[in-house]
Amino acid sequence: MRFFACTLFLVILAGFLGVLNLNGQNIPEQNQACLKCHTSQAHTIYNDWTEKEEKRLMNPFYILDTIQLAVGVHQVFSCIDCHSMDYETYPHDGQLKLEPMMTCIDCHGGDPTYEDWQFDRIEEEFQKSVHYELHGDQFSCSKCHSQHYYRATARTSSDLREIVDYSNKMCLSCHDNMTKYQLVSEDAKPQLVDIHNWLPNQELHFRRVRCIECHTEVQDSLMVSHNILRKEHATKNCVECHSANSMLQASLYKYQNLRVRTETGENSQKSILGLFTVKNTQEDFSNEYYVIGASRIPYLNTIFALIFFATLGGIVVHTIIRIIKK
Amino acid sequence: MENGKKLYLYPLWLRIWHGINALGILALIFSGISLHYSDRGILLLDFQSAVAVHNLAGVIVTVSYFLFVFGNILTKNGKYYRVKTKGLPNRLTKQIQYYISGMFKGEESPFPISEKRKFNPLQKYAYIFAMYLFLPILIVTGIALFFPEIIIEQVFQLSGIMLTAVIHGIIGFLTFVFLLVHLYVASMGKPPGKNYKSIITGWHT
Repeated sequence: MRFFACTLFLVILAGFLGVLNLNGQNIPEQNQACLKCHTSQAHTIYNDWTEKEEKRLMNPFYILDTIQLAVGVHQVFSCIDCHSMDYETYPHDGQLKLEPMMTCIDCHGGDPTYEDWQFDRIEEEFQKSVHYELHGDQFSCSKCHSQHYYRATARTSSDLREIVDYSNKMCLSCHDNMTKYQLVSEDAKPQLVDIHNWLPNQELHFRRVRCIECHTEVQDSLMVSHNILRKEHATKNCVECHSANSMLQASLYKYQNLRVRTETGENSQKSILGLFTVKNTQEDFSNEYYVIGASRIPYLNTIFALIFFATLGGIVVHTIIRIIKK
Repeated sequence: MENGKKLYLYPLWLRIWHGINALGILALIFSGISLHYSDRGILLLDFQSAVAVHNLAGVIVTVSYFLFVFGNILTKNGKYYRVKTKGLPNRLTKQIQYYISGMFKGEESPFPISEKRKFNPLQKYAYIFAMYLFLPILIVTGIALFFPEIIIEQVFQLSGIMLTAVIHGIIGFLTFVFLLVHLYVASMGKPPGKNYKSIITGWHT
């Protein structure tokens, strides 16, 4: 029993250290100096006025989450790739707080390496959005996409719930957070639940589809539409999603559909055996969607039609014979 | 019918249930088709109305179903639904033969209606399927789709919601087909309107 307990402890410890090491591996060595303070609740600073070392609380907005940092798309970057090199001096110069931050386009714009991500198209679409219309350049990409932690879940995750949750949290980080909301608006934070009262099964919609499904104009040529519409122009037409030709196929399920087509060369729903399966890929898209408005099984409609017309035909023929034999 | 006398086969509670169920099922079929083919047909309900009608009719049919079940437990009406497997294939064949040939030759029904036998064998087993198989499946899957969060996320690598919805759709469609046949077979009285009248008055003549 004791041997078992010791082994279990060692296994857990090894796993824990492994996780720590894994996280550490993704963060460049040169960032460790920054993270020493920027992952702590407190930091020590030499106060020229009192000529003493003092321990101060860290501004909570400047404390980084290394776990999220280690899995974000910019995980391999040095802090000073984006922040001023002057930050290497400690204590930092107070003026640095006003340094203009890099935007996505500063690095990704016009670069063929990132062609697939269509940053320039995203910028173009964003500039049509209500965010840009109301706030101009003040509304930077980072208002929604944290440069520190951003993950391209719509492309990388096979879990639709994660994609939805991740995307909606971006919207809610302002629209359900007065602290951030006041950066862009003088108005009171909108009451999202009340505003969406018209939506049947509201909670389910919030968990299963992204805000942008209704609040953007879907673009065929763009993975995620960035033209956030004014609320008056958001779709309230249920059938746009709840139909055989659901808009969701071109938005929420776009990347999956593209990937499946690339892997199988066709839409796997064409197979009889695939009637109920999600996709014929090795990857398990366990949360294949269903929305009321179509069976998603094209053969079923044909079978329904055949049975219906056979029944109707039988009734008509029987009626005719009854009339003749009367 | 025994010796041409009138039989009181459909008591009031049964007729009330039948009426509510009939209207409810019609509303469910119409709104169900509107939901299933949401982007087709101007004759169908718009999506939001169809959802509202389907939900309301679903609740009404579910409640009235329990009226039917308890009515059958508490009254003699339940005996008409007892399964008797002995000689069943023969009885079904006889009835089918009557419908496809015998009735055109002027033969008498092989299983005439009496106080002991309200339904012919085909009718009886069609009703048993509809009321004790189709409707319970529709009610259970319907309640699950009404509260989709209670549905198991994944059943053997299939989406639980999709599976539930597909079963609901298939059984709903079969119930629609049952209704068509039910309405047609009911017209086989002499005169054709006789059976429709019976289910309103309660008397079989």
